Amino acid sequence: MMISRRSLIGSAALAATLPRAAARAAAPGIKLGVLTDMSGTYSAETGKGSLTCTQQAVSEFMAAHPGFAVEVISADHQNKPDVGATLARQWFDRDGVDVIVDVPTSSVALAVNTVVKEKNKVFLVSGAATPDLTGKQCSPNTLHWTYDTYMLGRSTGEAMVKSGGDTWYFITADYVFGHDLQDSTTLFIKQGGGKVLGASAYPFPATTDFSSYLVRAKASGAKVIGLANAGTDTQNCVKQAHEFDIVSGQTRLAALLMVITDVHALTLQASHGLVLTESFYWDLNDRTRAFTKRVLAKMPNGFYPNMIQAGCYSATLHYLKAAAAMGAAAAKASGAAVVERMKKMPVEDDVFGATTIRDDGRHLVPAYLFQVKTPAESKGPWDYYTLVATTSGAEAAPPVASEHCALIKS
Amino acid sequence: MRGDVRKPSHDYLVGFLCMLACIVIAPWVLYPLFLMRVLCYAIFVMAFNLLAGYSGLVSFGHAAFFGMGAYAAAWSAKNLGISAEVAVAIGGLAGAALGVVIGWLSIRRTGIYFAMITLALAQLVYFFCVQVPFTHGENGIQQVPRLKLFGAIPLNGSMAMYWFTAGVFILCFLAVHRIIHSPFGKVLQAIRENEPRATSLGHRTKTYKLIAFVLSALFSGVAGGLLALVFGFATLESVRYTTSGEVVLMALVGGFGTVFGPLTGSLVLSAMENYLASFGSWVTVAEGAIFIAAVLAFRRGIIGEVMAKLKVSL
Repeated sequence: MMISRRSLIGSAALAATLPRAAARAAAPGIKLGVLTDMSGTYSAETGKGSLTCTQQAVSEFMAAHPGFAVEVISADHQNKPDVGATLARQWFDRDGVDVIVDVPTSSVALAVNTVVKEKNKVFLVSGAATPDLTGKQCSPNTLHWTYDTYMLGRSTGEAMVKSGGDTWYFITADYVFGHDLQDSTTLFIKQGGGKVLGASAYPFPATTDFSSYLVRAKASGAKVIGLANAGTDTQNCVKQAHEFDIVSGQTRLAALLMVITDVHALTLQASHGLVLTESFYWDLNDRTRAFTKRVLAKMPNGFYPNMIQAGCYSATLHYLKAAAAMGAAAAKASGAAVVERMKKMPVEDDVFGATTIRDDGRHLVPAYLFQVKTPAESKGPWDYYTLVATTSGAEAAPPVASEHCALIKS
Repeated sequence: MRGDVRKPSHDYLVGFLCMLACIVIAPWVLYPLFLMRVLCYAIFVMAFNLLAGYSGLVSFGHAAFFGMGAYAAAWSAKNLGISAEVAVAIGGLAGAALGVVIGWLSIRRTGIYFAMITLALAQLVYFFCVQVPFTHGENGIQQVPRLKLFGAIPLNGSMAMYWFTAGVFILCFLAVHRIIHSPFGKVLQAIRENEPRATSLGHRTKTYKLIAFVLSALFSGVAGGLLALVFGFATLESVRYTTSGEVVLMALVGGFGTVFGPLTGSLVLSAMENYLASFGSWVTVAEGAIFIAAVLAFRRGIIGEVMAKLKVSL
């Protein structure tokens, strides 16, 4: 065999890189990627707060397991599915990421879901609301951790009817998410014996003036005005309802998707009396207060964590426990195996207490219906909610649908 | 001074070969999926440039054709059991069909009115896509298979898909180049420079503009369809007005009315979105800064400035 000088130099160069590759393989660390909205519509509810909570889980875990190497990186998917999917693939192919956390915006989450399954990694969803993640598009690599539209609809719809709010009028963002919310809520209103008097669908996005819808809702005589929308739209509705004095006497306002961060932005003055559902509130019990105290100093702008951000903490911590039980090398090798392990292990942390995970990947967390306090009732910073009702974790999750999800063996 | 006058085709050939070499080497240096995105957007910018750079019609609604192409290709790839090149062609045809309708209405006006009409009609298309069931609203058409090329070569691997994308790009590039340098293209440029004069020379300018519009919509649809196959989904993001804005920005940064501008613009903007993603909100700030810099400092775009510096025509 002839060996040319060039090929000799080439193989020497190759050989020089080998020890480095070997050294890298010797200490396999877990790498988490927080893929979230850092600059857009949902950045206050997720964004840097989600990253901080994930880092909190990692630092607490590493304090208990000093030998275990864990690294966290983050990126902004700009709410664009193609940017999200490219980043996810790049993280897996080139940067050695094992887990993707958070991912608000359903279209991006569903796109990432496909990539994660293809690459056999792990996807811990906290920010996205679509029940498809554990339904039609369920995956052995995905866990849906914090909430979905079904949970929001059931908790708010059922509990409101029970407490006397039996006639409803919806103001709905005219797209799939809005209609999903309205439909799942309507189901439970009707089951509870309530009635839906009407609904106004408004063009999404680009609607900023909700006054005509609010006035129509008020004129319908409904006891509850349901806001089937999210983010800035909900904030605008609440603000304008306050200005038009819609919430008075019999009429109450129910925001179907709202978190404490939105309430803070609106101030209690504008939002008091509002009813909403979250699966986490910092002042729920001693454990949630303890968690909030630990993470608060690191949170951006000193904001208290909401359910999505706290969910990132809880999901990450549980993943790391499962990965540690299996060993880092095994955890890196197969995402589906870690997820399988996570489903078998009981979940236990300060955010959600003791919970379980269903076979289709839905993490069963109780849903809490809160009423926003009046400025007079509030005793301190972020003292915003009064607990009205609780829906158990099993009831708050959509019924297991074996015809939709192949993971469910019927 | 014959030495100064070089045949433009010589510059193009050198440029084209350089570009070809870059496309062949690139997947070993950069991430293939990122490059596929760059190439898809480059086709899109080329389509836009055909209309804006060579016919003087700046449209603010090109996302409509791009998005329709993506939806049509994604839907048919999922439901019809066809091969990859057919799906992309269907994307192109969907874009062209929409282009006939929107073009027929909008070319009656020029300048800001033309831009506003295209923007308005594109928003109409956007809300249509939000409402109709086959697009699945904001969740989009997900899990689109990459299919097989000619029904035989599977494109699941990222390199196979890259070569397919690169192939489509080069075909589109050559087609656009051919169009620009044909007598038809010369008439378009004449219309851009002075429409009444072109009319007085006996050209039916409206027909020319409509054909240019439909061709531009066709290539936009091809770009959208290709992107849907590359990423495996088609979502509302591709019909949103921000996508129309992005293509204007890419064309501006690359250089209006240049052959190699679109690829350059697409590369610069995509690289920013991709590699600056970890800086979070700074991406949009940086994009804004680049836009301002492009408008103030190099109005001819990157390729336009290079052309002026080297006194070549690219």
